Amino acid sequence: MQSLTGRSRIVVNKKMNFMEKLYLPAVMGGLMITIRHLFRRKVTVSYPEQTRPFSPVYRGMHVLKRDENGAERCTACGLCAVACPAEAITMEAAERKKGEERLYREEKYAKVYEINMLRCIFCGLCEEACPKESIFLTNRITPADYKRENFVYGKDRLVEPFDPSKRVDVSERQTTQVKEFKKHKEYTHNRLF
Amino acid sequence: MELSYLIYKAILVASVLGVSLLVAMYSTYAERKVAAFLQDRIGPNRAGIFGILQPLADGIKMFMKEEIIPDVSNKVLFILGPSLAMITACMTSAVIPWATDIAVNGKNYALQVTDVNIGILYVFGVVSIGVYGVMIGGWASNNKYSLLGAIRASSQMISYEIAMGLAVISVVMMTGTLSLREIVTQQHGFHWNVFYQPLAFVVFIVCAFAECNRTPFDLPECETELVGGYHTEYSSMKLGFYLFAEYVNMFISSAIISSVFFGGYNFPYMHELNLSQNMLAAVGCLVFFAKISFFIFFFMWIRWTLPRFRYDQLMNLGWKILLPLALINIFITGIIMAINNNFAF
Ligand code: SF4
Ligand code: SF4
Repeated sequence: MQSLTGRSRIVVNKKMNFMEKLYLPAVMGGLMITIRHLFRRKVTVSYPEQTRPFSPVYRGMHVLKRDENGAERCTACGLCAVACPAEAITMEAAERKKGEERLYREEKYAKVYEINMLRCIFCGLCEEACPKESIFLTNRITPADYKRENFVYGKDRLVEPFDPSKRVDVSERQTTQVKEFKKHKEYTHNRLF
Repeated sequence: MELSYLIYKAILVASVLGVSLLVAMYSTYAERKVAAFLQDRIGPNRAGIFGILQPLADGIKMFMKEEIIPDVSNKVLFILGPSLAMITACMTSAVIPWATDIAVNGKNYALQVTDVNIGILYVFGVVSIGVYGVMIGGWASNNKYSLLGAIRASSQMISYEIAMGLAVISVVMMTGTLSLREIVTQQHGFHWNVFYQPLAFVVFIVCAFAECNRTPFDLPECETELVGGYHTEYSSMKLGFYLFAEYVNMFISSAIISSVFFGGYNFPYMHELNLSQNMLAAVGCLVFFAKISFFIFFFMWIRWTLPRFRYDQLMNLGWKILLPLALINIFITGIIMAINNNFAF
């Protein structure tokens, strides 16, 4: 059969002659190969000092966005939780009181919002389902931890900081195509009920 | 026996022991670095600058690990195994001459713990006790993988010891002495034995690899077949001792190879430089350690180059190739010596 890569070798099980049985020439050849690698450029990336560039659609740790005034966008509709194939999201809704308009954009908001990062498979379906442009996956990596409990992320770690300069940038994920897609209410996952 | 003599010996013993442990410690670090570099990686670099505290971290880790002695094992032997491996590994260094004599207050002190006139035999003797550490440990674990590893270790060591001894015999024939000190002194300057006995050197170094259980002859531990080989059941510092003994052995065999075949502390033009006695000793010691370091590097270099031998290949190499080669070498050496003695050219 013709070899496609040109790298295949035919194996011969012939008897080795004395020189070959000594192994020395072959050993020398091997040593020369390995010593050349001593001076090669190293491929290691010294994480966390260096990081590899992520692809723009990398799906890492979630963020719950605030709007331009700093109010939380999430309305606790639960669509993300329904969409989630891993059942990683839970939340408790509450009604916005008078005077809390600066804190919550909608009349109903999530009092508790938890994502279990050990369950999450980072598929991004929650982001796709969200009608309020609230939840996004970012290029941040979910850090390792010693305790399972610490992987249940509450609002303290999911909601982005209030300070406008410290907001999480999701513009790469919120492209015009994405916005256009979300307008189509005929898709079930874009419909509220 | 005067006090000063005792003190001098005590200092010497302590420093030789300290140095061999230190070198062994940093060999573990060097091994990981060399491995990494040969595989285009960086290696440990987090503990201290360039990771130089890594051996310390490893040691602490070893001590912190849970100590497990299997219920079905023979407790006394189980503990004896690693201790024996460690003790024999440290004992060999006694006959190695580290440098030329130094003079303190007009007195000459030899930098060698003891100059046994059968130094080489002593080395072989102690090394063959070393196999008991492995054997006893493997037997006492009461585990089939350990036992298999131990059996392999003992048969391998016994087979290769023969070729190793025969390789050294040709050197002994040439030098006419068994004392390591004498052998090293006779190679003064650049008259290194490796130029007169290249074949013996090759046979010896191959056997040294086998004696140290290093790749490509690491069948006793052989992770892919025997879990961990003879130390499968060991944990904590007892495992540490086994692994550490391997590195001490590596250091000692590098030292033996350098002193028997590469002139030990001798270097070219050592007498033409007109150094003072103590300077000469210091430079000689440095040269010796440079040679040792090279051989330690060589051990690692080989490890990350060659795959493990199959068991039958190992035995074939030992009995059918190395043994005849060593014998032929003795024969040739004998003929050449006879010619030289009878017809002085
Ligand atoms: S990324 Fe996927 S798995 Fe993770 S929370 Fe969102 S929907 Fe669930
Ligand atoms: S889908 Fe969006 S708005 Fe609805 S609960 Fe999830 S994050 Fe909040």
